Amino acid sequence: MSYPNDRVYSQSHEWHKVEGDELLLGLSKFAVDQLTDVTYVEVKPVGTAFKAGESIGEVESVKTTSDVYCAAAGEIVEVNSKVVDDPSLLNSDPHGEGWLAKIKITDKAGLDKCVDAETYGRDHAN
Amino acid sequence: MQESPLKKFHQQHNAQFVEFAGWEMPIRYGSIVEEHRQVRESGGLFDVSHMGRVKVSGRHARRFLEVLCTRKIYDMQDGQCRYTLVCNEQGGVKDDVIVMRHDDDEYTVVVNASNREKLLAHFEQVRTANDFAAKIDDQTAKTAMVALQGPKVMEMIGKFSQEIPTLKRYRFTVKNLLILKVVVSRTGYTGEDGVEVILPTSAVDMALKLLLKDVKMDQPDAAIKPAGLGARDTLRLEAGMPLYGHELGEEIDALSTGLDFAISLDKDQDERGAAFVGQEALKKIRDNGGPARKLVGLTLDDKRTPRQGMVVRQGDREIGIVTSGCMSPTLGHPIAMAYVDRDLTEIGTELGVDTGRATLAAKVAPMPFYKRG
Repeated sequence: MSYPNDRVYSQSHEWHKVEGDELLLGLSKFAVDQLTDVTYVEVKPVGTAFKAGESIGEVESVKTTSDVYCAAAGEIVEVNSKVVDDPSLLNSDPHGEGWLAKIKITDKAGLDKCVDAETYGRDHAN
Repeated sequence: MQESPLKKFHQQHNAQFVEFAGWEMPIRYGSIVEEHRQVRESGGLFDVSHMGRVKVSGRHARRFLEVLCTRKIYDMQDGQCRYTLVCNEQGGVKDDVIVMRHDDDEYTVVVNASNREKLLAHFEQVRTANDFAAKIDDQTAKTAMVALQGPKVMEMIGKFSQEIPTLKRYRFTVKNLLILKVVVSRTGYTGEDGVEVILPTSAVDMALKLLLKDVKMDQPDAAIKPAGLGARDTLRLEAGMPLYGHELGEEIDALSTGLDFAISLDKDQDERGAAFVGQEALKKIRDNGGPARKLVGLTLDDKRTPRQGMVVRQGDREIGIVTSGCMSPTLGHPIAMAYVDRDLTEIGTELGVDTGRATLAAKVAPMPFYKRG
């Protein structure tokens, strides 16, 4: 499986799918595979504003706890309640149903540091 | 990096590898939780070849081990395994090991991978200081070690051996596989019944083929499936078993671990016994009222999990530290081990675990968290 090329990937393994002035944020399959079985997902509440590179939540697995970052600055406008209720969605469909948050972008500068699917996939085979 | 003699087997089963104490070992093959359940409900095969296997033999072998180990060696019988600690002079834990007695002057000591080099040096130092006639032979590289754990394991082994299923817990036997010697002990680190097997590296492929002949490992309902170090960790945590680097360490005195059954402070009173390294220091700690903190189990009614290094509080007061934690696959809630002030170790005591973001409500709980039925 290759990575979807409709989004960009950060060093810390989040994907960002930009749609107009909003973006959908999730974790790459590589990151999820490293985490192993996800047991808990927490995203900061709707309305939370944050700077580029700030933690917007955390994901826990059987093994470890990990922060989730957004490469852009923005504000959380929607949290995927499905994945909060059933964290295993993140394992089964990290690039689809397992999305974490919808973000209203206030400054997209940080997205420049992200890479495309091909570049990301070269370094992080899944 | 050191490779396990089972590497090919792991690759055939799509293992994801991790570096552990200089060894490339499988952390998991699929889902850690599924491997965990497989072991609890049926059976799992773990590669534990990274563990150190050290033969101690010679005229003074027993006396030598008596000085090294916190537990009595002199009353062991041939074919017996014994869990014991090895301490430093301050009573801190250098390692926890299994001593296997072949006979009065021949033993195998199974040590943690991360401590093998350190222990070999310690053994040599104690041997020299006491002028013991004992040989220390590190057999780790020429042998492999696998653990078969789970309720269906003994039944499967019964197809090959009548003797092995009759072994009592913490007993072992040496079997001949053609011309090769295989050591099988009824021991483990999961809280399940099962065996651990030490075999020559050259016998690995043949032994696996023979052992797994009728086990269709890739079938969903296979009785035995490969399980990685990830599941091994969650299994041992449910079983309340300590892990070096978490619950055990050189800075943690043996008495605070609660492993009292493995510490005999009167070992030197028997004419066959001897004082062990660290005994005097531990006696002093005991005589001064005991250790300030003790190891406890914690359970939480939460989705978030305590992790090693998180501070434990009562109110605002810092009273302890988490050493291990996981979401228990069997119990469905988080479990943890922590060192807490000794006046707060009573079962049911309500404490808080500080995750850095929030304080999770936790209760002191009896260990093991899980006991097989």
